[in-house]
Amino acid sequence: MSTATIRAGAILPGRGGVGGALSDAFWRNPKLLLFVMLTPPLLWLGIIYLGSLFALLLQSFFSIDEFSGLVNREFTLKTYGELLRPSNLDIIVRTVTMAGLVTIASAIIAFPIAYFAARYAKGRWKAVFYLGVMLPLWSSYLVKVYAWKLILAKEGILNWVFDKLHLTFLIDGWLALPVVGGNSLSVSLTGTFLVFVYVWLPFMILPMQAALERVPGNLLEASSDLGASPRQTFTHVLLPLALPGVIAGSIFTFSLTLGDYIIPQIIGTSHRFIGMAVYAHQGTAGNIPLAAAFTVVPVVIMGIYLWLAKRAGAFNAL
Amino acid sequence: MHSDRQSRTPMGLKIAAGLGLAFLHLPILLIFLYAFTTEDKSYQFPPPGLTLKWFAVTWNRPDVWEALGLSVRVASISTVVALVLGTLCAAAISQTRFFGRETISLLVILPIALPGIITGISLRSAFNLAEIPFSFWTIVLGHATFCVVVVYNNAVARFRRMSGSLIEASMDLGADGFQTFRYVILPNIGTALLAGGMLAFALSFDEVIVTTFTAGQQSTLPIWMLQELVRPRQRPVTNVVAMVVVLVTFLPILAAYYLTRDGDQISGQGK
Repeated sequence: MSTATIRAGAILPGRGGVGGALSDAFWRNPKLLLFVMLTPPLLWLGIIYLGSLFALLLQSFFSIDEFSGLVNREFTLKTYGELLRPSNLDIIVRTVTMAGLVTIASAIIAFPIAYFAARYAKGRWKAVFYLGVMLPLWSSYLVKVYAWKLILAKEGILNWVFDKLHLTFLIDGWLALPVVGGNSLSVSLTGTFLVFVYVWLPFMILPMQAALERVPGNLLEASSDLGASPRQTFTHVLLPLALPGVIAGSIFTFSLTLGDYIIPQIIGTSHRFIGMAVYAHQGTAGNIPLAAAFTVVPVVIMGIYLWLAKRAGAFNAL
Repeated sequence: MHSDRQSRTPMGLKIAAGLGLAFLHLPILLIFLYAFTTEDKSYQFPPPGLTLKWFAVTWNRPDVWEALGLSVRVASISTVVALVLGTLCAAAISQTRFFGRETISLLVILPIALPGIITGISLRSAFNLAEIPFSFWTIVLGHATFCVVVVYNNAVARFRRMSGSLIEASMDLGADGFQTFRYVILPNIGTALLAGGMLAFALSFDEVIVTTFTAGQQSTLPIWMLQELVRPRQRPVTNVVAMVVVLVTFLPILAAYYLTRDGDQISGQGK
């Protein structure tokens, strides 16, 4: 018997038609299938998205001619030098400080919610907590900002509540403080901070909860059986195990605060944040190189942050 | 092991968690109240009176309808693009091991990991460099880029739970690749895709930061709201639109939740 007939008996005949031939080709050569599957998303993300990012990065090395206002396409570090001007450094420091404070506040408010949902909520309560976080997370960003405009307005609900409790002097006293104060809460850095915390809080809760759910309950019990106080159990057992989740959440709160330009524009002072500076420089001023150099700041900060987070194993909690 | 856990929930934790949830929800509830207020000059609380008048006023505003129409069209097309790209990517990443796999998953997450303003300005300057005029399609291009990740995340989670042996069994029984996709893979990942698609729709419907850079003269509903927030013209109409937007985004979220909730009972996961 020839080898050809043996093969024909052992292996099914090839399928007919273009579809069949393609299917066979994919089965015999998985790399081909992989290539076909990956090409469209890679073309989109790799060329359109990364291409635009690189074009932007490139423009940050151009400079603007101060007299004509035209972009000078020669490589220079002059634009980056402009970032170090006191007024621009101020913007960077203000934004990074705000992002740090917002991240810390979100982590503190998020912890009880995440911990309760991960460890104590059962059945229906689990669903309540899950939806209770998902709905605010996904509901419209602008509507949330708008709601805070209603809340923080002079004639709004917050002042009304404090007035009814005869505590208006607390708000007035706080607003009289130098940096955080202002004419009213809706035009102060305190207002900006509150809205940032509110809007990004769900992004902190979810990864935190995911990390806490993976902490075995018997470890906590063992810790208290061995004589640790609840506080000691928290700092030495729970927190180290939950840390990757906290870091994963902080990636979102930190990055989102760094790049936002709408919240400080609607609720805040005239002091600029990085996002507002980028928007202003690329828009009316037409200074794309400086705007591009400004966007490199959050990218570099996030790059370092992500690298540190990866080393801390935070990506498994995403 | 988990014996008397329920009874030992610390009171302080309960209160803190409850307050946290209230903090998340009260501002949104306030929007509903303001949609009915009779006050049209300020944000006075408590509202002096309640009325349904502003719903009729909003209904007759052509600019609101136009913005809504544009938002729905952009969100639909971006969702379709994201569904195709996200599923392909998720399938490739979860079913095979290859060099550069980690890089690709990072690339998919990048558009939402980087601040939106960076995506926005880089797309805008790329359009300028390539001399592409702003249009409906430039908005879609931006939206689809960051919607891919939502579909991808949902699909990858489901693929991970689906056993590879199901696909092998289907092929062994003589189905070709397309039949396997149609009759084995699709029924298993269908609900995850639907959920991912709904979230992508909600994400696109709500997006404002990237859109301000890629929209040119057109306004989507969020852009319309942003203009009202920066320069309020008719506050009551904004209140009503805000309430409708909340309701419209809640529906896909609830649907997505119920679709993925039973994902644990996916076939072949006991491998």
